[in-house]
Parts: sequence; structure tokens; C-alpha cells
Amino acid sequence: MAVESHELALRHHFADPEQQRQAASLGMWVFLATEIMFFGGMFCAYLIYRYWYFNEFAAGSRSLDITLGTVNTAVLICSSLTVAMGVRAAQMGKNKLLVVLLLLTLVFGFAFLGIKGVEWYQKYEEHHIPGPSFDASDLIREYPQIHIDPQHSQIYFSLYFAMTGLHALHMVIGIGIFCYLTYFAVRGRYTPEYHTPVEIGGLYWHFVDIVWIYLFPLLYLIDRKPLG
Amino acid sequence: MATAAVTAERENYLNQQYGIRSWLLTTDHKRIALLYLASITFFFFIGGFFALLIRLELLTPAGDLVQADTYNKLFSMHGQVMVFFFLIPSIPAVLGNFLVPLMIGAKDLAFPRINLLSWYLYAIAGLMYIHCILTGGVDTGWTFYTPLSTAFSNTKVIEAGLSIFVVGFSSILTGLNFVVTIHRMRAPGMTWSRLPLFIWAHYATSIIQLLGTPVLAITLVLVVLERALHLGIFDPKLGGDPLLFQHLFWFYSHPAVYIMILPSMGVITEIVPCFSRKRVFGYEFVAMASIAIAVIGFLVWAHHMFVAGISLYSAMIFSFLSYLVAIPSAIKVFNWTATMYKGSIRFSTPMLYAFGFIGLFTMGGLTGLFLAALGIDVHVTDTYFVIAHFHYIMVGGAVMGYLGGMHFWWPKISGRMYPESWGRLAALIVFLGFNLTFFPQFILGYLGMPRRYWQYPPEFQVLNVLSTAGSTILAVGYLLPMVYFLWSMRYGKVADDNPWGASGLEWMTTSPPPTFNFEETPVVTWEAYDYAHIPDPEEVAVER
Repeated sequence: MAVESHELALRHHFADPEQQRQAASLGMWVFLATEIMFFGGMFCAYLIYRYWYFNEFAAGSRSLDITLGTVNTAVLICSSLTVAMGVRAAQMGKNKLLVVLLLLTLVFGFAFLGIKGVEWYQKYEEHHIPGPSFDASDLIREYPQIHIDPQHSQIYFSLYFAMTGLHALHMVIGIGIFCYLTYFAVRGRYTPEYHTPVEIGGLYWHFVDIVWIYLFPLLYLIDRKPLG
Repeated sequence: MATAAVTAERENYLNQQYGIRSWLLTTDHKRIALLYLASITFFFFIGGFFALLIRLELLTPAGDLVQADTYNKLFSMHGQVMVFFFLIPSIPAVLGNFLVPLMIGAKDLAFPRINLLSWYLYAIAGLMYIHCILTGGVDTGWTFYTPLSTAFSNTKVIEAGLSIFVVGFSSILTGLNFVVTIHRMRAPGMTWSRLPLFIWAHYATSIIQLLGTPVLAITLVLVVLERALHLGIFDPKLGGDPLLFQHLFWFYSHPAVYIMILPSMGVITEIVPCFSRKRVFGYEFVAMASIAIAVIGFLVWAHHMFVAGISLYSAMIFSFLSYLVAIPSAIKVFNWTATMYKGSIRFSTPMLYAFGFIGLFTMGGLTGLFLAALGIDVHVTDTYFVIAHFHYIMVGGAVMGYLGGMHFWWPKISGRMYPESWGRLAALIVFLGFNLTFFPQFILGYLGMPRRYWQYPPEFQVLNVLSTAGSTILAVGYLLPMVYFLWSMRYGKVADDNPWGASGLEWMTTSPPPTFNFEETPVVTWEAYDYAHIPDPEEVAVER
């Protein structure tokens, strides 16, 4: 049965399943390289403005909820663990375990987006969303020791929303991919001989996770030491 | 020769299936190439139409044909259509799509469905852009400079930006497909050192598409967010920095020039050995020159910003790095010339385009050195000198290569020969028309006529009239191939499998090729451009 399913999955233009697997895997790695450049433009903007407007960036960073941020980081790391275990389960042919792990990944993914939504809502209530209603007076009141220019503060929050928003969009795409994987895992499509989609879907998930691993310190941990 | 009649009836990718569904749902790289061919030709004529209006306006010193605002839209949309919807997809998405699997002995690209997706993204972006044109257009110049684009322009910046964002992903997916295909799908024996140089050129192009385009994408996203939601990233009024936009924009848009020219160089490197009946001179150097152009191309972007207020020291470094691009470019020109040396040259249409390419690219490249020099650049920045320079590269270089390639591979694509004498005539008209259009612009620019103005002092009129006259000749030169290509599909002489006696796997299958390219996967045991062992079809005919 296993042999039959991977022959079904071999597309006509490949010589053998190994060539197909290598092509798919290389394709995902190349795509991730483009993703790095995609996020890279914003990281570049972030670095420049953080260097110029350090006070505002530090104050903005302090206003983020570090507890929720830390919990979210932990949630994502757990999801990467379940993905890695899921790939292993697919390689070993443990299909039930694979389904459970994929579902767990989805739960973690939704949890991350939920917590992120709560954080964004907090920012909305604090008038920290860039635009006409943006208001940094609470930051100016809170940190009288440092000079805060509201416009530069707005740049911090512009980048905060652009970066976390783009990351969240990638999470949504990742959840879509994992729904697809779960659907076919339930139907028993993945075997030790053919589980490339799980592997490259996993690569994508790990990438999105790693982006967050960089975003968390860059946005939340700029300067947390007591002002004095 | 006797097989010619049989070839026409043999099952191939064109006659295997009929009907609109068999085209719109195809995953065959050859059919997708033709979908691209039709779409980019459409946009080429839209962009060309804008260009003709620009030239007509500039026929007289007064701004009389169109309003100043309309003129702004004309050159903006001419640039955006030509760059993003014609030049960047031109050779990779049409000839590259068709030839990359054939040249390496594969049945298809690695990801045929992603290939089709890339065409659909192109089509969606194209429709968005046409909608943008019809509902008011965009007037920011093709460069979307901030804060003009984010705060001041009253035109459809968001729609144009999003459409170029989408077309960028079509370009990324094509590049991704090529890189994976070239790495993983080569036929047995097709080692890296036996790859046709067309493949090396496309490999280098794909690297730029993959690493450059996402940066443009994110930059456009930020522009759209700033314009729509007032996220202050680039607008100085919101505390942002417009120079950051220019850095990010040119980080893609300078290498984008190499996305346009590298595939053209690949085409020329196929044509020159074939019509000189010689192995290409210095294979490794030409291959590595492609890679070097791709790599160095990423390090020169700020030469577009010498007068924008960057520091003198960084300007000097970028000036120096820009000079470095001349080295691999010159290697290519010298190697093509050396390939021709003592070759037995035939002046067929593709070779005429190759000659045109080499001459015009050399002109464009050498004037690029003028612009890389800080002092001269300050003098001619934003004048017609710059316009002439980059049209020599993009039109004189990239489009000449594209047309040369279309003629060279047309027998393979369509299974028919185009009329040779009409082909030579069109090549000559294109060359003359091009030079008459753009050479006067070097002089205009050097005398100080600025770009993007719709009126000018009367003393510039003679040169402008010459340029406008040239552009109408050029238009005839572009219309001719379109007419006789279409004509030849029905009435052209049926083509042999290898009408030029060219090397390369694509000539070893039938014309047009079967859906899966080869009856059986070829095994390569010879080096590329082995012209010492390939008979010249014309000489063979004489012997008979």
C-alpha cells in the first residue's frame, strides 16, 4: 500500500521520488530565502530608526505587555516542537501520532494569534495605533526623564504593527497549510516513503517561528532596565 | 529534410489538445511561455503607445498636445508598464520558460503548477494595472518616490503599487522554479560545465529575482500602508526618512536592470557561436561573468542617489563599486567578439540582432561609466543623458536580445520559419530607428534638457524632432516582426528540427517539441557549443 501511494504521488516530470523530494525541499529553502529578504526590508528600517530615535523606541517597547509577549514566545516554541515531532512521526509512519501533533500545532497557532489579538486591542485602547488618533502623551507622562517626540514614537508603533502584522499574516498562512496537512494526514496520505508536504510545511512553520524569535527581543526587550 | 512533412503532422505540444481550457489550465512550460508571450506583447504595445504620445508631445517646444499632469502620468505609466509588465518578464518568462527545461533535457520545470500560478499572478496584476490606467492612472514616475507618492500625489498610487507587488511575486515564482529546475532536473551527463550559457544567465537572473524582488515588495507595502493608514515610515512630516525609501527601492530596482539584461546576454551567447560556427570563447569566463554581474549588481544601488544627499564617502564607494560592473560586462563583450574572430559568420536575422545588441550594449555600458563618475553624474543627473543611457541598455540591449532570441527559437516554438528577408529588414529598421530615437537624447541631456518636462526651450527642438522621427521608425520595426510571426504560423515554411545547425538539446527534439519534450531522456556526453562536430546546414545543402 505504501508503495502504491508514493507512486501515485510521483508527478510525471520527475525521474524518481527522490528527485521530486529534493526539488520540493530545495524549492521551500529558496522560497524562505526570499522571505528573509522580504522581512529584511523592514528589519533594515527598524535598525535605522531605532538608532536614530532610541528613546522613543525604548519607551514604546516598555509599553508592550511583556508577560503576554513571553507567553506567546513560549507558545510558538512549543508549536515548533510539535512540528518537529510531527515530521519524525511521519517518517516513522505513526499516522495517529502525526494527526495529534498537527492538531496540537494548530492549537498553538490559534493561541498565538489570540494572544496577539489581545495585545493589539490593548494598543488600540491606549491610542497607540498610528494615524490621526495616535496619542503618545501617556508615554511622555510616564517617562519624564527622557525626551519623547510623539512623531518618532509613532514610527516605533508603525514598525511594531507592520512587523507583527506581517508576521501574523504568515501565521495565518501557516495555519492554512497545517489545516491542509491535517486533512490529508487524517486520510492517511503520508507514509515513511512519501511525506514531503509535512517536511516542507514544517520548514515554513519553523521559519515563521524564527522570525518571531527575532521580533520578540527587537520589539519587547529594547530597554527594560529601571530608569533612574 | 524528408521528415519535414511528417513533422507537421506529428503530435506536439501545440496540437495535442485544443480549446481555451487546454491553454488556461495547462501546466506545460511551453504553453505557459506562449501565454506569457501574448500577455507581455499586449503590455509592450500599451507601453509603446504611451512612449509615442510622449514623443509626440516633445515634437514642439510648447506643451500643446497634453496637459502637464497628463504628461506626468504618461511617462510614469510608460516606465511602470515597460519595466514591470514587459522587460522583467520578457526573456525569462517567455524564452526562459520555453527553453530552460528543453536545454537541460528535462520534461518540464520542477513546479509546473507554480509556473501556471505565476502567469495568473501576472494576469491579475495586469488587470489591476489596466484598471488603474483606465480610472485615472498614476503620476509618481515609475519610481514611486516618497513623499510624493505617499502624501502629495492625487492619483491611483495604491492600486498601481499593489499591482506591482503582485507582479513581483509572479517574477519571484519564475525565479524559484528556474533555480530548483537547474539544480535538480538536469539530464544525465548535463554537468554544470556543460550547461548552455543561456542557462547560466537565467540562473544569475533568478538569484536577483529571488533576493531583490521581496525587498521591492515590502517597500511597496510600506508605501501603501503609509498612504492608506498614515503609518509614518518615509514621510518626513511624520518623522520618517524619504532617503530610506530610495535606498530600499534601488536595492531592488538597480539589480532589476540586470534582470532585464542578463537573459539577453544569455540569448546573444547562444546566437553568436551558432552563426559563427565556433565554440564560444572562454566558456567559464562568460558563465562566471553572469554570476559576477548578479552579485556586484546588489552592491551599487546608491549610484542612483548621488545628488539625493548621501555622504560623500559612501558616494565614492558606490561609484567605485559601480565601475566594477564594467569588468564582467566587458568580459562578455570581448568574448562574443573573440568568438566571432575567424569564425564563418552568417548574417541571418538573429545574428543581425546580436550585432545590434553588442554595439548598443557597449554604448549603453560605456555611458554608464560616465554616470558612475561622481562629477559627471552631478552634471547630467535627471537629464536626457540618463534617459538615453538606460534606453541603450534596456531597449538597445534587452529588447534587441529578446527579438534576436524570438527569431532564433521561433522555428522551435512554432514549427515554422519566419520570412528571412523581412526579418533582416526589420532588424535593420529597429537598429536605425533605435539610434535615431535615442542618440540625440545623449546630446540633449549633455546640453541640459531635463527629463520629465513636457515643454522645453526652442533651441532643443531639432534634436527632439530627430528623436520623435526615430521613434516612429522604431515602431514600424517592432510591428513588422509581430505581423510576419503571425503570418508564418500559417504560411511559413515548415521548420526542420534544427534549421540553424545549432548545438543544444532543444534542437535535438522535434519542432515544435512534443508535450514532454523528448521521446526519451537524453544522455549528454559532449561539451556545450561543440560546433566543430556539428555540420552547417547550408554547407550540407551545397554538398548535396
